[in-house]
Amino acid sequence: MTDTVGIVIVSHSADIAKGTADMVRQMVGSEVKVAFCGGNSDGGLGTNVPLIIDAINSAWSSRGVAILVDLGGAETNSEMAVEMLEPERQDFVVVCNAPIVEGAVMAATESAGGSSLAQVKAVAEELSAG
Amino acid sequence: MLETSQADEHTFTSSVRLVHAVGMHARPAVKLTKLAKKFQAQISVRVAGAPEWINAKSVAKIMAMRAAHGSTIEIKGAGSDAQAAVAALVDLIATDFPDGNS
Repeated sequence: MTDTVGIVIVSHSADIAKGTADMVRQMVGSEVKVAFCGGNSDGGLGTNVPLIIDAINSAWSSRGVAILVDLGGAETNSEMAVEMLEPERQDFVVVCNAPIVEGAVMAATESAGGSSLAQVKAVAEELSAG
Repeated sequence: MLETSQADEHTFTSSVRLVHAVGMHARPAVKLTKLAKKFQAQISVRVAGAPEWINAKSVAKIMAMRAAHGSTIEIKGAGSDAQAAVAALVDLIATDFPDGNS
């Protein structure tokens, strides 16, 4: 298997971010890179752009990276993090409009099969399409 | 486990009883989908007698089929490696989704 699309999980809560990543690793396996971040530097709730960029770098793959987020700020900060990447990398990172836990598991399952970033995003977003 | 039947040169169907204690929940669905994706063949599944076949490579649809414990799952494969694909999926379900082959 060649490189697979990486998964980044961004939650306001460090516990949710880590728990979601644990579920992905246990259910899908280790062939997909998973990184997560959540919470602010005081141990409270929040998201921040530098940590999201670190997570993107950690999950980086030549096939791209799909980001799963929870509420409002997680999405806007993730979009900001993408905009702060080098221009040539921006097209390889997408924020998925999907529930964070279900979306992460389904995105990783699709990624493990060697699918493209667009396919991974589409599968994660199948859930929201109703 | 029932015998595999062959409709034409590259289409195979089989059926297998779902022995997993709580039916086709998330973890088995992920395993089934991942295995299905390893084959080129088009693979679909359904609970026996259901009106629609479901794409075995779509994890969302497999989870949504909510197959119950004890139900019979029909598997259909079409393509050059369909016979191996159907056999592999039957084996996965019949052996209750063992860990380690993902």
